[in-house]
Amino acid sequence: MKDWPETFDLAVVGGGNAALCAAITAAEAGASVLILEGAPKPYRGGNSRHTRNFRCMHRGPMFPLTDAYEEDEYLHDLMLVTKGKTDENLARLAIRSSEECLGWMQDHGVRFQPSLSGTLSLSRTNAFFLGGGKALVNAYYNTATDLGVCIAYEAQVTHVHLDGGQITHLDAEIAGQPHTIKARAFVLASGGFQADLDWLARAWGPSARNFLIRGTPYNRGVVLRDMLDQGAESVGDPTQCHAVAIDGRAPKYDGGIVTRLDCVPFSIVVNKDGERFYDEGEDVWPKRYAIWGRLVAAQPDQVGFALIDAKSIDLFMPSVFPAVKANTVEGLATAMGLDPEAVRRTVDGFDAACRPGPFHPTELDGLRTQGLDVPKTNWARPLDTPPYYGYQLRPGVTFTYLGLKVDANAQVHTPHGPIRNLWAAGEIMAGSILGQGYLAGFGMTIGTVFGRIAGKEAAAHVA
Amino acid sequence: MSLDLTATEEARRQIEICNACRYCEGFCSVFPAMTRNKAFADGDLTQLANLCHNCRGCYYACQYTEPHEFALNIPAVLAEVRVESWERLARPAALARLFQSQGVALAGLLVVVLAWFFWALSAWRPDTGAGFYAHLAHTTMVAMFVPAFLGPLVLMALSIRDYWREVGGGRVGFAHIWAALGSAARMRNLSGGHGEGCNFEDGDRFTDRRRVFHQLMMYGFLLCFGATSSGTIMHYVFGWQAPYPLLSLPKLLGVPGGLMMVAGAVGLAWLKLRADRSLGAARVWGGEMAFVLLLGAVALTGLALYAATGSALVGPLLAIHLATVMVLFLLMPFSKMVHGFYRLAALVAEAGAAGAKT
Repeated sequence: MKDWPETFDLAVVGGGNAALCAAITAAEAGASVLILEGAPKPYRGGNSRHTRNFRCMHRGPMFPLTDAYEEDEYLHDLMLVTKGKTDENLARLAIRSSEECLGWMQDHGVRFQPSLSGTLSLSRTNAFFLGGGKALVNAYYNTATDLGVCIAYEAQVTHVHLDGGQITHLDAEIAGQPHTIKARAFVLASGGFQADLDWLARAWGPSARNFLIRGTPYNRGVVLRDMLDQGAESVGDPTQCHAVAIDGRAPKYDGGIVTRLDCVPFSIVVNKDGERFYDEGEDVWPKRYAIWGRLVAAQPDQVGFALIDAKSIDLFMPSVFPAVKANTVEGLATAMGLDPEAVRRTVDGFDAACRPGPFHPTELDGLRTQGLDVPKTNWARPLDTPPYYGYQLRPGVTFTYLGLKVDANAQVHTPHGPIRNLWAAGEIMAGSILGQGYLAGFGMTIGTVFGRIAGKEAAAHVA
Repeated sequence: MSLDLTATEEARRQIEICNACRYCEGFCSVFPAMTRNKAFADGDLTQLANLCHNCRGCYYACQYTEPHEFALNIPAVLAEVRVESWERLARPAALARLFQSQGVALAGLLVVVLAWFFWALSAWRPDTGAGFYAHLAHTTMVAMFVPAFLGPLVLMALSIRDYWREVGGGRVGFAHIWAALGSAARMRNLSGGHGEGCNFEDGDRFTDRRRVFHQLMMYGFLLCFGATSSGTIMHYVFGWQAPYPLLSLPKLLGVPGGLMMVAGAVGLAWLKLRADRSLGAARVWGGEMAFVLLLGAVALTGLALYAATGSALVGPLLAIHLATVMVLFLLMPFSKMVHGFYRLAALVAEAGAAGAKT
């Protein structure tokens, strides 16, 4: 830090994809840039570390994407998941800009690969990073370093000083030591608040303490809270978070991609009382995995149990931890801490409701139960072939929706108007576009597009 | 890495986590091979370990390396499983344990063989003969080197046969061998998947240095091998005896080959000093380094011997050169030299398994 300038042109708060895109863009425009990454170096990159692809508009085949994915179809997909909770102008801006981002990303070190095995359905819409999100983060840090960007790790910003419609400086702790960070422009790209369990519990209710956090433990929303307290305009439902059902044995934080479970459509899912509570076969898993976090969160103790038999064990991607296995349904229930008689009753009732018919694991096969209060409308086959397998499910929080409201220049506002030298990018403002639900690879699109806009605007401001 | 698990058990723990992620599929052949399994028998892990070229791309791209509680370090654990498989499959295994891990042992053997050659040159100096055959007769050299070459080669072949059984390799087709040779010829598994090289010696930045230096060594070695083979053919088939002029096949192949090997050895040793030892099989670092230096010494002394033609240095240089070559041959089944054989076998097996799948 001794070779830092007294005042930077730009200070970027955060160290993930959006922060890096802003820093690189501004540095290339000639600005002196400081990145304040809250995590230590091995955990740098926020939730970008756990991502794997970038949803990208394109009018024709463009490596690694096949076919075409045009603006209207992309927007339509977004409208489906958000149920209209989006800012259409910002959404169209993100979508339209995504096409030129693909080349920019490659020019700055990101490498792509053909769609991963098991994700062929995304080969048209999503460009997969070679090596995943951490490889992207590494590439951007190297590019930023080569451009002379200063990088501070373990740099927690505690307060953003807003004075007379502009930011004057930041209070930060860097490796435990207090620092005052002076800059002429600022970009906030420090993510949501999903790792702050107290905040989650206040927003969602006490049961949120049983949630698992899929990503970085460093997204505690300190800067977001600080800005909201100073009157910055917000967007997004403050009580909501995006949660999926993941392996209940996952680490409390940072379990990432490997903790996902794809077994639900081929299983019956019971709660801790051994009772089913939702149609496991409502739709194909890519269209339903996102609702199961919420479903499990609504059950007693926020836990569910997916039970399958030997017929189905090879129908889904391998799990990170081996399934619990037993030769009888009762044995499986006992091993999972469930009442064996209650589970036996549920399985017997389910098996009796199954009807013969063709089973097609990869499509909606209409093989449904008859006469159950909670039906299973596809892939309903009796649990009758030992050994039996079970997975515990818990809600895993991916991100929160509450964020800073921005305009098309990524600029942050108060009710008195835009803050003259403050921009925001990434999860901290994603709620402006993604007000509900989730679209695979869209978080990286928002981060890249608005990170670049923020970097460009900030550099122009100080030029 | 857990202390209470064997390397194979630890590799299984790590690979099962990998198999639920698959972000690294594009780096090399290991990950596509992995995704064909849901459970991993010991032989599967041996095969994956020998398919791994230690490019380290997956380590730097991994969200689950330490301090994360999953503590993945795939390059290191596969390196350990790989080295253990070479020790297990070598006969006798104790020699592999000694010479793979101990550079000192290799140097010690070199000193003994060297002393023996100095003695042989003074005791068996022939009455006639040109060039270095004036110091040691051709027939004497053949009598020493043919068994020293063929014996280890037979042992190596037996080990590869055992390897094939352990990993459950299938019928070998010409296409599988062709695919494996093509992969080795371009060192495709050190390309990073994007052609920009690997993460061997410069942290998470990709460089082609290891691929370049390895190929200088490999092609240099093959050229030198070709030089020796062509000399043998010229001697026995055409009755044309050494020394050969510069514009002859043994020299046209051998001189560039030797220069390439020296450059490759210097480069590989330099990279090895820069690379993070905790991402490889740290306990065999000394043996691996000694092996690189031995290859460099073989080439350097061969070139020096040629340069010294006609001078009084030919005698001692011949002893030194022959000693390095002898040690290289004798240690073929017990040194890092085995990696070429096992890696090729693994690539052939992978070509077969991938082909069977599609």
